[in-house]
Amino acid sequence: MSEFLQQLLNGLSLGAIYALIALGYTMVYGVLRFINFAHSEVFMVGAFIGYYLGKLVPEGTLWGGLLVLAGAMIGCAILGILVERIVYRPLRGGPTINVLITAIGVSLLLQYTGQIVFGAAPRTFPPIFPSANFHLGTLTISSNQLFVIGVAVALMIGLQLIVFKTKIGTAMRAVSLNPKAAQLVGVNNNVVISFTFGLGSALAAAGGILYALNYPSIDPLMGVMPGLKAFVAAILGGIGNIPGAALGGLILGTVETFIGGSQFSTYKDAIAFAILIVILLFKPAGLLGKFTAEKV
Amino acid sequence: MARSAATRQSILSLAARFAHRLVVLAPSLLLSFSVAAATPEPIKIGAYASLTGKEAAWGQSYEKGSRLAVHEINAAGGILGRPVQLIFEDNQSKAGESATVARKLISRDAVVALLGEVSSGRSLEAAPVCQAARIPMISSGSNPRVTEVGSYIFRVNYIDPFQGTVMAKFAKEKLGAKRVALLTDVTNAYSVGLAKYFREKIVADGGTIVLEQKYSAGERDFKAQLTTIRSAAPAALFVPGYYTEVGLIVAQARELGFKAPILGGDGWAAPQLVELGGSALADTYYCDNFSVENDSAEAQAFITRYRSRYNEDPDSISPLAYDAVGMLRDAITRAGSTEPEKIRAALATIRDLPGASGSITVDAQRNPAKPAYIVAFREGRFRFLETVRP
Repeated sequence: MSEFLQQLLNGLSLGAIYALIALGYTMVYGVLRFINFAHSEVFMVGAFIGYYLGKLVPEGTLWGGLLVLAGAMIGCAILGILVERIVYRPLRGGPTINVLITAIGVSLLLQYTGQIVFGAAPRTFPPIFPSANFHLGTLTISSNQLFVIGVAVALMIGLQLIVFKTKIGTAMRAVSLNPKAAQLVGVNNNVVISFTFGLGSALAAAGGILYALNYPSIDPLMGVMPGLKAFVAAILGGIGNIPGAALGGLILGTVETFIGGSQFSTYKDAIAFAILIVILLFKPAGLLGKFTAEKV
Repeated sequence: MARSAATRQSILSLAARFAHRLVVLAPSLLLSFSVAAATPEPIKIGAYASLTGKEAAWGQSYEKGSRLAVHEINAAGGILGRPVQLIFEDNQSKAGESATVARKLISRDAVVALLGEVSSGRSLEAAPVCQAARIPMISSGSNPRVTEVGSYIFRVNYIDPFQGTVMAKFAKEKLGAKRVALLTDVTNAYSVGLAKYFREKIVADGGTIVLEQKYSAGERDFKAQLTTIRSAAPAALFVPGYYTEVGLIVAQARELGFKAPILGGDGWAAPQLVELGGSALADTYYCDNFSVENDSAEAQAFITRYRSRYNEDPDSISPLAYDAVGMLRDAITRAGSTEPEKIRAALATIRDLPGASGSITVDAQRNPAKPAYIVAFREGRFRFLETVRP
């Protein structure tokens, strides 16, 4: 029983990180109907900004950690907005596939630029937040795990509030529903899209910092696997649907952890992806997604 | 990874095809060079290592050790009156690169012998290329399969059957552990091999393997496997992996409250392990090829020269690279020639060659028998515990 609870906790803290990255994929898809493959590299850049900022603040203090987290989120929001402004905006209006291929190009560009700028060797991420372990019987809970889950939940609630309770959130939903109609009623699409990229990238940066706190070895290719998993999580939950992305991330992280702890640990990715295929066979729009006829 | 794999594959196969064409051209190129030679031509030795990427600590250390050896040889007048030129290639710690850079070194640079790699897996990629081109290669990988590739492939360090046996005996006799768990990197030939020999020795001595869990190189979350291991309550855990993952594994194991000793092999040897693991490394042990606390005259002389050149203590990789160059110098000197075939024959007959990492005698399987040093984590670093002779 305690092993089950321990695995569940391990799975949830991993899933919370997938969920944070998945939110970025799903938001951009919701507004622009394309998968921003460079998102996983924004996650990596977030971790590296945290690495360098972490050297400027004292280790193991709450305010220092939060400062690093905020710095990385702002840095990545700017990166996300710049990528959209320079690369994706000129391609808007063209076939979606062009933007998609360009996104893959941006992803590779960031990966290999990262190898030149940061170096290809893994770095050890500093313990920027204070940490402790709590024991409940045989259940061991680390403060990092709780922190990951806490920050992820807080950011997701914040995101829901932004999307449903603010003016810019309403504009985002309007653009998502029909960009031309939104423009007709006076929504500035460029501002909304920039905002979406900034917000999604900031969440990816938070994911990067939380990931690096739990697994303190970072390198320029670190975003590839978590990015892919988060992409799967977004599809699993129903792409374009924000609670769906969170649910997908948690399911994927938990399933992966339970299989990882069994005798089939080497098949954990294969089984996780097989589950994705089965779910999509029965629910083609994902768990919480609504099925809509393809527009293009 | 999945997204870029297809493009990378096609670039690699193009490069490979190009390299193949060069192999065909190489003899004629060599001929034109030797006619023009008036001043002593340098003896070209190729080396490939993980200078960047996941195992960069090893590649860089390997380069330092071999450059030190070549520097000393050239300062003393070279080999057969000719200077030695070391040509280094980086495989970026990536699977698939080593064969490509080995082909490049053989065909374009026309090296007479190759040094590398620290990793058994990457040695196994380049070994068939060297064997097919009939160029001797000296590996520092410890998996027995490396030298089984063919008669041109040699080794400078001990092999995993020895290393696995040493650690299994240590677990039983010194730690009193009869119930042991394993955590193996299934994508790494070294890890799988070492786990196998360790398991065989534990079982042969009446112990039990209570659980064997697996992971893949590049993973960062091991809590799932470690939680299951913790529930099985072994008296010791054997992790025959490489330092990047091992650092995370040890830290996560201790975070989960796993208190039993953790053991490993020479794949642990890198300063990054201490950086990643920190105080979580208490009660961990591994066996290594070299120790700075080794009191042999050759080892101490090497340490002094290494310190004066690089202003730091050598790890366990640089003496292996240094000794691999030593093996080549001895072989080329005795062969009186730089023909690869003659170098190969001379390498096979090395007897009692003094080296920084111990005396080298090449056996019929082209492996040397060398001692292993067990180290334990004490006061913030790994310290020498005992020497085990074969």
